[in-house]
Formats: sequence, structure tokens, C-alpha cells
Amino acid sequence: MDLRPSDEQQQLADAFGALYGKESSPERVRAAEPLGFDERLWHQLLDLGALSMAVDEDHGGWGATALDLELVAEEHGRALGSAPLFESQVAGRLLARVGGEVAGDLLARALAGERLVTVSPRTVRDGVVPLVPAGAVATDVIVRHGDALVVVPTGDDRTVPENVGSQPLADVPAGHDLLDAAPVLAPDGAGELLDSALDDWLLLTAGALAGMAERAVQIGVAYASEREAFGQKIGAFQAVGHRLADGATASAGATLLAREAAWAVDEDPGRSAQLAAMAFAFAAQTARDTTDVSLHVHGGYGFMLEYDIQLYYRRARGWANVLMSPAAACRRVADKRYGPVGAR
Amino acid sequence: MMDFRLQPSAEARRAELREFLGEHMSLELEEKVYRTGVSHDAEFTRALVDGGWIAPSWPVEFGGQGLDPEEMVAVGEELRLADAPLYGIGTTTMVSAVILAVGTEAQKAEIIPKALAGEIVIVLGFSEPEAGSDVAAATTRAVPDGDDWVVNGQKMFTTNAQIGDYVFLLARTNTEVAKHKGLTMFLVPLDQPGVEVQAVYTLSGERTNIVYYNDVRVSDAWRIGEVDGGWHTMTVALGNEHAASFAAAIDRLLRATEAWARDTTDDDGVPYLEDRSVREELGRTVIDLEVSRLLQRRAAWMAGSGQTLVAEGPMSKLFSSEALSARAQAVAEVVGPDALRSYFDPSAPSHGVIEHLLRFSLGTTIYAGTSEVHRNMIAQRGLGLPRNR
Repeated sequence: MDLRPSDEQQQLADAFGALYGKESSPERVRAAEPLGFDERLWHQLLDLGALSMAVDEDHGGWGATALDLELVAEEHGRALGSAPLFESQVAGRLLARVGGEVAGDLLARALAGERLVTVSPRTVRDGVVPLVPAGAVATDVIVRHGDALVVVPTGDDRTVPENVGSQPLADVPAGHDLLDAAPVLAPDGAGELLDSALDDWLLLTAGALAGMAERAVQIGVAYASEREAFGQKIGAFQAVGHRLADGATASAGATLLAREAAWAVDEDPGRSAQLAAMAFAFAAQTARDTTDVSLHVHGGYGFMLEYDIQLYYRRARGWANVLMSPAAACRRVADKRYGPVGAR
Repeated sequence: MMDFRLQPSAEARRAELREFLGEHMSLELEEKVYRTGVSHDAEFTRALVDGGWIAPSWPVEFGGQGLDPEEMVAVGEELRLADAPLYGIGTTTMVSAVILAVGTEAQKAEIIPKALAGEIVIVLGFSEPEAGSDVAAATTRAVPDGDDWVVNGQKMFTTNAQIGDYVFLLARTNTEVAKHKGLTMFLVPLDQPGVEVQAVYTLSGERTNIVYYNDVRVSDAWRIGEVDGGWHTMTVALGNEHAASFAAAIDRLLRATEAWARDTTDDDGVPYLEDRSVREELGRTVIDLEVSRLLQRRAAWMAGSGQTLVAEGPMSKLFSSEALSARAQAVAEVVGPDALRSYFDPSAPSHGVIEHLLRFSLGTTIYAGTSEVHRNMIAQRGLGLPRNR
């Protein structure tokens, strides 16, 4: 057993950490609201290899491991990066997995920064792909059409709903005509392809939510160590300290589990899909709970927009629920462990 | 390179131990332990000694195997998963480790060989009616009298006192100083006048005891550590384990629930394993098991690689015990009325393990430091929050 990242992995995480420190301060995160897109941050992330690292060498990337990506995801979550990091990475990996000319061409253009591609975790409903993650800033969305996987341009007719997590979500129109005419990435097997894309997505989001939870606990601890009430620092009250101790314990568990899930992609592939869903469910629940506790510890100040903790509280919910609830992720764990059944 | 697997030698020890347990552990023994409430069995203990499993972390010259913390994780998981009767051995080897660390040569020579041969049982006399988590508030008195000390007082939760040879006793030897500074530890023979053992039965089925000490004599030769240095001796005792964990109990719960869900069908003849709520609870249990394992393994890995533990041990104990309690409750609810059938009742699913774990789990958040004590340690040591009150 060795739970320490290698020197190279630590350098990679530190490099991204430094970038987020400079380009994703709470002020910058606020300035990017309500859309949740900081173009400067995004370009710097691309320059540092955020997308190309996620794609294997055969497809023009530099083929970082899932664990490398997870460590970067932790930094992204810690800093609440206002950039479509996971959406691009998941789409890039999906395009590489699909292969073929259409996918290869789109991937090359994405790697060159000419296109910004995302994936819809949801199917088309009433002629709309609802709440496409990064749909407000992407040029293309990969979506399921029957058993096929197609690419739909996000277009000028998309609508961008304001949302709790200040995420660049969009409802993207995709009527039958448009879907039928859309370039086909894969004529069949869309379900399996999207399922493996969802594994990546759950894993990366788990890492981000774990990082977010750790940071939220730190913010709560810092406030509780400074604020006095009834003649002492409020962190000395067990009613405060114990909740933060629970949060720190869960955050440590969330980080370990996300890293294990990422490690398993290469080292224990038979269990990696189950672990990705486990990591997501636990990190989502931990980020939800720790941001709630930390906000509450701030008292009335936590309720004020001026304090940073609300930025964490809102994204803990948005980043997780745009994919699935912790309860749904627990059922996915069962699907991966026992095999799927028809929902009863 | 990061690696979440236990090292190969740990898995090798696990396989060996599993074979040993297949031979020496049985449902009959599990039931006997439950029915008697005594987590100690002479025959099983002899088998452990013969197999080299009585104190596997101890050096070979003492009868151990010199296993490292990672190997001990695998060993501990297997033993607890099998619910082997180990409580008496656990307290005996823990006290032996303290004697090895701070005892006299005569004490080591007398106690350690017999302890590791499974010939004696040493029990713990720490808690009192008015001193549980605040164990340093102990008031049981030890007063010098020639070469002896005379002990008077009452101890709570002295499990196995009825079969024990010695009690590792925390006594007050000085009332003029701060509470932590007036304590001394003794190894007191239990088979003597003035020691009265009164049975206490608990919700998990385990029998424990109240022990009364009336003018009980103990030679100064059986003092463990310095006079008034008992708190230091206690910290040696409590610091030896890197991280307690109830991961294996969660594993028992998961296996029992999975077996029930596969074997039992609803009114339409569909196995409960296909039920949406059952699957959700199984998923949660799988997750809590994995997090419990990871938190314990992190502590073991840190200890094994020479890193300083800060709050990793308390996190392991706190999370796994709280998760076990929450999971046992949730699973009992989703299983429904059949989860009411008791441990070893012939009608119970999975021989009633779920029902038992529901009761067993309650103690795990209380003994070996309550969850509140562990949260204090995490808040203060781990997070640097001010000392609380």
C-alpha cells in the first residue's frame, strides 16, 4: 500500500493548484457568475494541458492516468474552477473511445481549441436536451439518438437557465430533423458508450467534490477559530467542533475513495465502475453536508453573499445533482455490483 | 506509485488465517460465545497459540510472527469477520505490551510467556461508576502498607473478570495533586479475598462485570510503571493500537444482507435483490464499508511507513462505528419484519446477524472512547480548534 502521490503526480497537482490559486480566486469565481465561465482561466487550463492530458497519445493527447486527472479534479473543486474541465475531458475521452473519422476530426478540433465539446448525461426530451453541462459555452454536445451517438451543435437557439450552482448549463434544442441530420459518431452502442463516459464523469466529479468538501471544512475551521461568542472562540464549543470533526472525517474518506476509484481504472478495472459510483455518492453527500455545516458555523454571515462559503454551498449541490443524486448513485453501485435490473 | 492494495504478504497472511479459521472457527462456537456472553474460549485460544496467531504482531521470539501494521489489517479483518472469540486475548496481549514497555524484568518474565501461551487472561479495570470517558477521574484508592498496597473501590465494565487471572487496575494513589497526576497502575491477582465479581449483562449479549475491591492486597512488585505515573502507563496502553475499526462488522452486515436479498422473494416471487430500496441501502453499505477500510488502512500505512499519526486513528474508529450503527438500523428497516428475528433463532435470515449487529453496534460508539471523545481529538489535534469544554 502506498497512499502518497508520486513526485510527478504531486508536481502535476501543484502546477494546477498554483494556476487555480492565481486564476480562480474567490473574486474571480464571483466575477464569472452567474454564467460560471471564466474564459481566461479556461484558456490557461488548456495551455497547461487540461484537455490534452485526458486524451491518450494515439489520439493526440498526452495520456495522463485517471489518477492524474483525479488529482487535478481535486484542485478544480477546491478552487471552484469556473471552467468546463470535466465536460471537455469526458467528451475528449469519449471521442477517443468511439474512434472513426467523425469522432477523430471533432477530437482534433477540440484539442486545437477550435471546438468545445460536451456530453449530455440525459436523453432528448420533447425536442430538447435539458440542462446540458457546459452547454452554455460549448459548441457541440454529444447526445444519444436511438441507439446511435450523434453530435448536435449547441446553436443560437439554446436557452441558458440561471441555476443554483452558477453553472454554464443550457437547454439545447434537438428536434427530430436536427437529430436525423446530425453527424453520427457511432451508429449503435450509444448506451454502453455513454455509460463509460458517465463512469469518467462520476469519477472526476467525485474528486472535485472531495476537494470542495475539504476546502469547505477549512473555511469553517478558520472562521470558528477566529469568531468569539459567549466569551470564547466558537470552535471551542463542542456543538461546533464536533460537526467540523465529522466533516473532516468524511472529507478524508471522500478523498481516499475518489483516489482509489481513479487508481482502480488502471489497477483494478473490474471494480473501477463500481468504485466511481461509490466515490461520487460519498463525495456528493460529503460536499453537501460539509458545506452546510461550514455555512451554518458562520451564523448570519454565512447567509451573506459576501462570505465565500455560499459559493461552495451552491456548487456542492449544482456540480453533483447535474449528474445524479447520491441515492441514484448508490443504486448505480448496486447495478455495477450485482448487475442491472428493471426498476421496479 | 500509489497502490491501494494491501501488500502481497498481507494477503498471504489473510489466506493462511482464513484456512486456520475454516478449521477452528464454526457456527457452533459463534453461538456458544453468544449464548454464554463470553468472548473467550480455551480451546480456540490453544489453537491460536499452536497456529502462531495469538499475537501475530509480536516478535517471533515471543511466539508472534512479527507482522507489520499492514499485515495486521488483513489479520484483524479476517478475525473480526469470523467473529472469533478474541476479547480476552485482546486485553491480555494489550496489557502484556504495556508490561513489555514499562514493566520490570521480573514482571516480564512472569507474565509475558504465560500470556502469549494463552495460559492466563488479563482484564481491564479502568472505568468506574463515576468515571467513564473521564477515566482519569478514577477514585478507586490504593494505599501503601509495607511492601503492599491496599485497594478499595469499584470498577465498571471489567469484561471477563469471572475468568480472568489478573486485572490491570487504574487506582488513585495521590489525592493532593491534579487528577491525572495521582494515578498508579497495578496488575492485581483476581483470585483473592476481597475481590467480588458481579455479572452485568449487556444489549449485545456480552457479559461484563462490576468488580468490588475491599481491602484487596497487591504487592508493590506488581505495580506497573511509576507511582503516580499511571496516566503515562495508560497512554502507552491506549497508544499501541494505531486505529480501531469496525469495518469487518460492516462487512458482516453487508454479507448477511446480500444473502437475505438473494434468497428471499417478495409477494410476487421477485428476489429482494431487485428491489430499488434494498439496492440503495446495499449501495450505501458497500460505500461505508469501503470508506471505513480506507480510513483504517491509511492509519496502518502511515504507522508502517514511519509517519506521525495526527487524528487518523480517531477518524477510523469514529467513522466505522457510527457508520455501523447507521447501516445496521437502515438495513434492519429495509429488510422489514424478518430482521426482528433474533441472532441464532432458527427462523432468522442469515442466522440473525442483522438483528445482532443492530444491538452490537450501539456499544461500538461508546467503548474504547465514545464518539464524542474521538470528535474532541479530531477537532483539537486534527483541525487545531481550541480546547473545548
